[in-house]
Amino acid sequence: MQDQALIKVEKLHKIYQLGKTQVHALRGIDFEIQPKEYVAIMGPSGSGKSTLMNIIGCLDVPTTGKYYLNGKDVSQLSEDELAQIRNQNIGFVFQTFNLLPRASALHNVELPLIYNGTPSRERRERARIALEKVGLGDRIHHKPNELSGGQRQRVAIARALVNNPNIILADEPTGNLDTVTGEEIMQIFDELNRQGNTIILVTHEFFIAQHAHRIIYLRDGKIEKDEIVQKETEEV
Amino acid sequence: MFFWTQLSEYMRFALEALSANKVRTFLTTLGILIGVTAIIVIFTAIQSINAYVEEEFSGFGSTTLYLSKFPWVITENYWELRNRPEVTLKEYKLIKDRVTSADWISPQLEAMRVVKYKNKSLEGVYVVGCNEQYPFTNNAIVEFGRFFTEMEVHRARPVCVIGQKVQKELFGKEDPLGKRIKINGLPYRVIGILEEKGDFFGFNLDNQVLVPYTAFRGAGFKNRGITIAFRAKDASKIEELEAEIRGEMRRIRKLPPAAPDNFAINQQTMLTDFYKQITGTSYLVVFIIAAISLVVGGIGIMNIMLVSVTERTREIGIRKAVGATRRQIMLHFLAESVTISSLGGIIGIILGVIIASSLLQVIKLDTSVSIFTILVGYGFSTFVGVISGMYPAYKAARLNTIDALRYE
Repeated sequence: MQDQALIKVEKLHKIYQLGKTQVHALRGIDFEIQPKEYVAIMGPSGSGKSTLMNIIGCLDVPTTGKYYLNGKDVSQLSEDELAQIRNQNIGFVFQTFNLLPRASALHNVELPLIYNGTPSRERRERARIALEKVGLGDRIHHKPNELSGGQRQRVAIARALVNNPNIILADEPTGNLDTVTGEEIMQIFDELNRQGNTIILVTHEFFIAQHAHRIIYLRDGKIEKDEIVQKETEEV
Repeated sequence: MFFWTQLSEYMRFALEALSANKVRTFLTTLGILIGVTAIIVIFTAIQSINAYVEEEFSGFGSTTLYLSKFPWVITENYWELRNRPEVTLKEYKLIKDRVTSADWISPQLEAMRVVKYKNKSLEGVYVVGCNEQYPFTNNAIVEFGRFFTEMEVHRARPVCVIGQKVQKELFGKEDPLGKRIKINGLPYRVIGILEEKGDFFGFNLDNQVLVPYTAFRGAGFKNRGITIAFRAKDASKIEELEAEIRGEMRRIRKLPPAAPDNFAINQQTMLTDFYKQITGTSYLVVFIIAAISLVVGGIGIMNIMLVSVTERTREIGIRKAVGATRRQIMLHFLAESVTISSLGGIIGIILGVIIASSLLQVIKLDTSVSIFTILVGYGFSTFVGVISGMYPAYKAARLNTIDALRYE
């Protein structure tokens, strides 16, 4: 463990203006996440976990409060600066996969590398390696509609991995998959964590959250509970 | 630097969208296509006509000045010009020995006459009385036989040189050399046939007969106006020549220093300049028509691009989530709109070149579509693509990533 936390949030508040009503989605969140942690964020719908995920993923900024990523304050950066942070530091895995429908698996995985100017030969090679890592080395030229749901999510994981991000941020990654396939996907996350990747999992399903080593429970925009999952191989 | 590694991605983005909606893409390009086709065809037509006119005018000899009563292009009050004295043969005789910078000088007594040979007759033949230097002042080339000599002019010999139309109409396959034709009843012996000159704005230049001016009798030429052609060998002497003609003519007519010239010195460039002035206006009209069709085409593209942005909202969200900046998103959509419009431009150029060249063949002008025209056409289409893609691209770049990701 290092002195510096990978993620440190302080007094995070997020207020949305919906017409004339104000929605107070986050009401003062504080926590730290260390490198190589495997954290699940849980909570019922409306608890603010999507909002929190968006802020951690640098898709959104807090109304007030601080967010330090790798020691750098990213809570008030511009949109383009956030885009670069996302590109360098964060790999997203979404419930709905969010793959480009007309692009091959390889091209989908290349995407983050395209936007940071990686030369085309290098990015093809890295994308291929990432696809092999998730067991899709033989399907790199398939398009999303030629792949099963589990395979699509593997492509999305490969895309999240390809730029060697600090954090892999998975938002209900098994939500659109059957239980067996969902379990397979979770195995991949477990393996990635064993290899040293920091994983943050947003879910409302307890048995999915059990894969993590630490669970942060949210309710009404606040942390209700922050506990270590009891397992034989403890990290934190 | 980033731009080049991403270029293929921009093109891919554009082509993906276009190939997914082929019919829509084609319909969208139509406006640009028609605009560019119009530009190519009309520009080419104008350029060809210009080239044709230049060539026609070149028959006058670019280093020849024509002294006459009226200017060729009348910009002054016609009624004042009308009161000018005619340029006369007497003045020709005075001025020809005084103007030193002209290498050749010939008078031109012009009239329309009936020309007859045996029982055949040809009306409305352009008969010119001139001297032996006329071939040089007016680029007249004798193809068969010879031109008349200084001696023949001096002695007012009844000889003539005929144009090819006169030859064909009156003689057919018969050899005209040495034969006698009658101009207004007076006999002239044919000694030469001019090279074929073709039409000059519908006026047949081969329907003419040249005779020594001294032998051009019978129509009271003493009082009728003539034209005097002066030619300097060297184009650089043309200004000097003009000044000399003006000075000598004013002296002959004893014009006081303050009085304006009461004669005109004409030059081929006056016609071409005047012509260019007219075509300048038509260029402008063409430009406006083309601009309108391109604007309409541009609106069409903008419309479709807005649809495309909406359709690809989720894709934009994905691209932004993995790190695309606003500028990069903008470039994606600009690439798409420029690709659409360039496609229209390229098809328009091809179509325009085909139409223009077949048109040129029909009207028998042997010029071709210029590279400049093609570049203008292509440049316009690209420009329209950039302009009409700007707003949709900006809109795409401004989309909120989170909302875009959730867009269904």
